[in-house]
Amino acid sequence: MDRFVVLSMGFLSMVLVNNFVFTKFLGTCPYLGVSGRIDSAFGMGLAVTFVTALSGVLTWLADTYVLTPLGLEITRYICYIVIIAGAVQLVELYVRKFFPSLYDAFGIYLPLISTNCVILGICLFLDIWGTDSLLEVVVLSSGVGIGFTVAICIMAGIRENLKLADVPVCLRGAPITLITAGLLTLAFMGFAGMIR
Amino acid sequence: MQNNDQRQSGVYRRALLTGLWQENPTFRLLIGMCPPLAVTTAVKPALTMGLSVIFVLICSNVVISLMRGLLKPHLRIIMFTLTIATFVTICDLYLKAYQPAMSEILGAYVPLIIVNCLIIFRAEACASKSGILVSVLDAVGMGSGFTIALCVLAGIRELLATGRVFDQQVMPAGFVPWLAMQMPVGAFVTLGLLLGLANMVTGKEPD
Repeated sequence: MDRFVVLSMGFLSMVLVNNFVFTKFLGTCPYLGVSGRIDSAFGMGLAVTFVTALSGVLTWLADTYVLTPLGLEITRYICYIVIIAGAVQLVELYVRKFFPSLYDAFGIYLPLISTNCVILGICLFLDIWGTDSLLEVVVLSSGVGIGFTVAICIMAGIRENLKLADVPVCLRGAPITLITAGLLTLAFMGFAGMIR
Repeated sequence: MQNNDQRQSGVYRRALLTGLWQENPTFRLLIGMCPPLAVTTAVKPALTMGLSVIFVLICSNVVISLMRGLLKPHLRIIMFTLTIATFVTICDLYLKAYQPAMSEILGAYVPLIIVNCLIIFRAEACASKSGILVSVLDAVGMGSGFTIALCVLAGIRELLATGRVFDQQVMPAGFVPWLAMQMPVGAFVTLGLLLGLANMVTGKEPD
């Protein structure tokens, strides 16, 4: 029971309190680029969630069972990159073969994802936090992905309405998106007292 | 002959200078946006970050420019990222050894240079197509443009959040620090306003 509480707290903290987009600024590029429409934002979010969960687990396994025992920590970043690129490639092939309609929906975002900072970010932070059980890794890394989806979908919703607003000419586009994101981080800070 | 020389030096000058303002990665192209938001609470980490990016950008541009004849189209992105990851590892180890305090502050953002879109973008748009000299100049220009943007943003945030710049007291004694500038909201709003300012100065009509 205790374990369940710890895990669900970790999950909530990744989604709301320590949302990667709002507190660690990771994944800001797709956040500005893809958040124009809700459906494409949601597709991107799902793709990212899937790949973060997968590559978080894979890099953690590689780190714990291969790199650390062999004393190869120095090659960690290179290994992470290879694993992430491989995972993305694998997911792309699998989805294209077995779920063609899903592939049409978020296929174009998959290649972009291999250079998404959220994914390398969660792999690095899992290492920094010193996570020590596989279950925890699964929960935290999928939480990060879902947090990203939440952030990008909220933003897309706001931006669809922002099109109707009368924004000063020089602030249209990216600047107003950044300012909106700033206000959203303030809103999300309200969750800060919830955990720890 | 002389004409050719002139055109050549024009190419070099353009490679060096476009990154500073015309195609400034942060203010005009909006790529590599994580570090400008994440490490700009003070000028010192921002400067360290900028210098690390310049180092990685120059090295990776040189290597990619040298191997541009051997690249296969479908393997090119992974080759780029592997090259970049190698130099980022070097940079990270150097910072850990000689600047441990700074390395502690920057934390995961140094390894995250690997997936900084700026470096991959320059590898794709410049280094994989041009000679070594142009690639180096381009890296210096783009890297400096990025560093300047980081330092401007960090300067504003540090000044307003603590009243100091580079650990020197600037503001008069009665200044009330804006704590919000040190929090994520300060990063987003300052960058948004700076982008707006850049758009206003250049009179660019955003699409």
